[in-house]
Amino acid sequence: MTVVNAAGKEILAGNTRAAARLMRDLDDEIPAAIRTLKHLYRHTGHAYILGVTGAPGSGKSTLVNRITKHLRKRGKSVGVVAIDPTSPYSGGAILGDRIRMQEHTLDEGVFIKSLATRGHLGGLSRSTIDIVNVMDAMGKDIIIIETVGVGQDEVEVVKVAHTNLVLVVPGLGDDIQAIKAGILEIADIFVINKSDRDGADKAKREIETMVSMTSFMEGEWKPPVLSAVAATDDGTVELLKAVDRHREYIFQEGNLSRYRREKARVELVEILKTRLIEKAVSDLDAHGLLDPLLADMANKRKDPYSISEKVVNHSFAFHFLNGGKKKPIKGKGSPR
Amino acid sequence: MATAKGKSVAAPPKKAARKIRVLVGKPGLDGHDRGAKIIARALRDAGVEVIYTGLHQTPEMIVSAAAQEDVDGIGLSILSGAHNYLFPRILQLLREKKMGDVVLFGGGIIPDDDIPKLLKKGVDRVFTPGTPIQQIVDYVNERIRPRK
Repeated sequence: MTVVNAAGKEILAGNTRAAARLMRDLDDEIPAAIRTLKHLYRHTGHAYILGVTGAPGSGKSTLVNRITKHLRKRGKSVGVVAIDPTSPYSGGAILGDRIRMQEHTLDEGVFIKSLATRGHLGGLSRSTIDIVNVMDAMGKDIIIIETVGVGQDEVEVVKVAHTNLVLVVPGLGDDIQAIKAGILEIADIFVINKSDRDGADKAKREIETMVSMTSFMEGEWKPPVLSAVAATDDGTVELLKAVDRHREYIFQEGNLSRYRREKARVELVEILKTRLIEKAVSDLDAHGLLDPLLADMANKRKDPYSISEKVVNHSFAFHFLNGGKKKPIKGKGSPR
Repeated sequence: MATAKGKSVAAPPKKAARKIRVLVGKPGLDGHDRGAKIIARALRDAGVEVIYTGLHQTPEMIVSAAAQEDVDGIGLSILSGAHNYLFPRILQLLREKKMGDVVLFGGGIIPDDDIPKLLKKGVDRVFTPGTPIQQIVDYVNERIRPRK
């Protein structure tokens, strides 16, 4: 796995068309694309990843457009992964985040990829991490992930991004919203967007109160609450300064390795989740066991808990990962 | 696929889940995007992933976005009268970028006399005002296939 294949070489050389095609193939789960990504993975880990999340209409795309402009002024190359929801009824989607980013369309230093969630929950598409990895291998300095914007539960991005921005707009959340868990807990920086509107001060105070009620350890990052009007570019420079400060914090000894390990864990677990389920189901089917088991469950002769326990406990040949050495693995996977 | 007991069976090759991706855009100067939005919505309801790029796009912007998004088709709405320039220019740019397999279609206020000329130049289909939406959706489903 030391040699990069042809498609991989094109991407490392900065061929955007090859990169675009690989991203599509990854989104469409084409096996050959995974082979290329295996080669590229070693070349990732250089980009700074910025997550932008917030409710629909909170101004994510507009803010991403502004941030991109300022980063370009600093001479940074930028990748944008913008995610919009897939219709659960038709499977289709309208991906409209480019509308706000038109000014960067012809800039060679900006690559924008629109993705549909395709049924994946958590604010990202299943392929988001793969596509971020491709942009990273392409050599983009900063990759911005704009989540789908459902609102309460987009916590997946937190593990992927170095810095997470959470947008809040006046008038959307009354008091109780500020104490809800989920999206508000993932913020490294809060942005009160559209802060020229009525209620902006109140929204800012509420978030500040919420932050002040959280206890932080000595030296731990405390999320600042900033005001901005992305539409007019007000507050974007301050926001980027806060991102710089958070970057310094993340790059401190200990924090960075923790971030990298946590991201590695998400990458591995996400892939395993899909692959193990696929393999388990198709193996059961290939052994002619799936249909009878389902029939037994339908008749209440068997329960799904016992079947699942048997399936996951039967064997994991982990010695293959240990350089081929056969060593018994201590501690069996215990049921939750 | 009978197998010896205990022998693990390789998973069958996974069926590729390609989706049709179409860019819908409005090149040129007119600001009437209602038609384009209705088409985008109808295609979404037909299971297509639509990349909607908005108003006032230059041919260069449309082709650049189409390349980054790796679309199978481009649908343009042109009400400004500039169709005899915009369509051929986009076709030219697609060829230059080796994207000749991307299907270009469109609609809008386009005189009947111009349509054969546009088709001859390589526009795949031109829809005129009053075309039922379903006809456009059927066209996209039949004509535009996700690339290999």
